[in-house]
Amino acid sequence: MTLEQLFAESLGVAVDLVHDDLTYQSIPQWDSTAHMLLIARMEDEFGVMLDTDDIIDMSSVAKARQILAKYDVQC
Amino acid sequence: MSMELELDLPVYEWAATEKQLWLMRQLNALTRLHHEHCLPYQRLLDSQRVALEVQAREDLYPLAVRLFKHNRLQSIADEDVFRVLTSSGTTSQQLSRIYLDKLTASLQSRALVRIMQSWLGRERLPMLIIDHPGVITDRQQFSARGAGIQGMLIFGRQPVYALHEDLSPNWDVLDAFFDKWRGKPVLCFGFTFMVWQLIQALQLQQKTLPFNEGVLIHSGGWKKLQDLAVDNPTFKNAVAQTLGVHRVHNFYGMVEQVGSVFVECEQGHLHTPVFADVVIRDIVNGHVLGVGQTGVIEVLSALPRSYPGHALLTEDRGTLLGEDDCPCGRKGRYFSVNGRIPRAELRGCSDTVEPKMAGHIPSVLPIPQRNG
Repeated sequence: MTLEQLFAESLGVAVDLVHDDLTYQSIPQWDSTAHMLLIARMEDEFGVMLDTDDIIDMSSVAKARQILAKYDVQC
Repeated sequence: MSMELELDLPVYEWAATEKQLWLMRQLNALTRLHHEHCLPYQRLLDSQRVALEVQAREDLYPLAVRLFKHNRLQSIADEDVFRVLTSSGTTSQQLSRIYLDKLTASLQSRALVRIMQSWLGRERLPMLIIDHPGVITDRQQFSARGAGIQGMLIFGRQPVYALHEDLSPNWDVLDAFFDKWRGKPVLCFGFTFMVWQLIQALQLQQKTLPFNEGVLIHSGGWKKLQDLAVDNPTFKNAVAQTLGVHRVHNFYGMVEQVGSVFVECEQGHLHTPVFADVVIRDIVNGHVLGVGQTGVIEVLSALPRSYPGHALLTEDRGTLLGEDDCPCGRKGRYFSVNGRIPRAELRGCSDTVEPKMAGHIPSVLPIPQRNG
């Protein structure tokens, strides 16, 4: 699964809405509740354990990619 | 001022000299910011001839929290309001309204993370929420309790809810949770009274849970427990006996200053983090009180950018216990909370001085005028 697909499914938005510049809280679907669901989904899908700093730093799709790369997840 | 705020500071390491230098710069800048952008606040300060730049935390001019019930106090344009927090408090049916922009909301969550990380570490632990799931899924009743739980979710993983809707224990969930994580570090979070409900149910069933590596964070006030004559040592004892949890941290915070929380250390003292502080004042005349004295709690926070809430007079009674010298080793002021101020006394102090001021802010607690 690509990162874009994961975002689209977790947030319930069309995949073509998900791009690197999409930021947290910029659309109603990416609110704080959805953010935690997104994190849980990422952990399941990519087999990583994200810490609290990762969650608070994950302010955009691009940032999510960077954070996952830290855990050797290329997506 | 720079609208951003450096939060990557050691939370409990700065002694008074260093902390006050930094904090007073932040707080003075906030007084100016809100004076410039919030008209009712400006009118109030001007009518009271309040200095916008002060030397010491005691010289700041705190707003009584109830002012947020009767006035729309914001320092941002309406279109920048991102979220409105509400709280009923206890003194009236009227709701307090706190207007947040994205920046302030972000500062609040980042500050909470910095504070909690120093108690819990960065790693997220399996989480048991001592409440029922409806408290956050029911958007109609998205209460202060729901918001509090929502804010804490970031510190846990795979959260489960320990209670049914009627607040009775959900034994299936509890048993499954303990089977799965037995002997492992876990995080329990709940409001103090909810935790007490669970403990009583466990006691009634003579059930104990093997939770020795757990940590319990709880909040929300002692009033209901005081009515039941349950104090903090009794509470901690019961938690240790039923849940097996020995690391128990209460925290004190309010909807008017989300993110600035005061966490209880191993000694049972509430600690001020680097970006917040407390001043204790005499309930009747507003004079500043010293170590060992009990009065109304004034809370200071460097976080509020979108509303004038950086210096607030609460409706809680507290005792200043010391500064920089808690045996736990953390720096900064530490204190205890001793319940709400009785309504009659609150009314008393607002009636004694009615500022003859412009605008429509009814009253603040009298603050002694200082020279210069």
